[in-house]
Amino acid sequence: MTIGLGHYLAVAAILFTIGILGIFLNRKNIIVILMSIELILLAVNINLVAFSTFLGDIVGQVFALLVLTVAAAEAAIGLAVLVVYFRNRGSIAVEDVNLMKG
Amino acid sequence: MILPALFFYLFAGVCVASAVMVIVSRNPVHSVLYLILAFVNASGLFVLMGAEFLGMMLIVVYVGAVAVLFLFVIMMLDVDFTELREGFIEYLPIGLVIGGIFLAELLLVAGGWVMKPDTAKQITAAIPTNVSNTEALGLVLYTKYIHYFQIAGMVLLVAMIGAIVLTLRHKAKVKRQDINVQNARTPELAMAVRKVASGQGLQDADAAEWVK
Repeated sequence: MTIGLGHYLAVAAILFTIGILGIFLNRKNIIVILMSIELILLAVNINLVAFSTFLGDIVGQVFALLVLTVAAAEAAIGLAVLVVYFRNRGSIAVEDVNLMKG
Repeated sequence: MILPALFFYLFAGVCVASAVMVIVSRNPVHSVLYLILAFVNASGLFVLMGAEFLGMMLIVVYVGAVAVLFLFVIMMLDVDFTELREGFIEYLPIGLVIGGIFLAELLLVAGGWVMKPDTAKQITAAIPTNVSNTEALGLVLYTKYIHYFQIAGMVLLVAMIGAIVLTLRHKAKVKRQDINVQNARTPELAMAVRKVASGQGLQDADAAEWVK
């Protein structure tokens, strides 16, 4: 029983689906939505690294590093927006976020 | 031979299980802690694949920075999380249907594809066998992909500045130093010489001018 590329792709696919499911189930809680996006980006990273190591091409790991950077930046900005929204409205319910449009 | 497979199933199983717990747990603090567990196990998967540097980077960046950021925000905001869970059951069936279809499609793709025969010739930068993973990554990251690396740095800089600009606020009550005002202040603005009548002192009527 040797572990091949398909095993890692399956894990990444399951993680990606869980991330999407998390966005569907927690429609009101933006913190969990942000965490689901982190899970999706993690699944993408697993895909990139799996192809990189199984094809013997290091470029995939370089791009996984870039995805990691973008994920960190996205979390920082998303949480900053969340803090500002909470200050303005006193709650983080994202369903009435359209009231913010000016 | 059996050991890598055993560890793969261990890491993959714990990773998937904790990812499920991230999206279903009632308390967001628990969600963050399960997110950390998922990331640690994913980094185990990375090490198993031979990408040690990215595995360690995952722990440093996600567990050390992103997850702590999430924890800070959750603990800083005084949010009633129970009311945010309304609609969880309501969305569960449609979510499961869409998730199930999506997963089936992805697994069909992951199970049904074949590699093009000349893929091995088309790789851009082969992984060197005689150096460590970190060194191999550095050899291409700082030479061939230096512009990507710089742009990634710019992305982080913009994100940092954006987060600061978004969350910084000036409270009206807090006195702040304004260097321009300080430099523009002259003795004429700050002082006034009064003739005080002997034995009377300053009158209350002058009080408005004192504060100038």
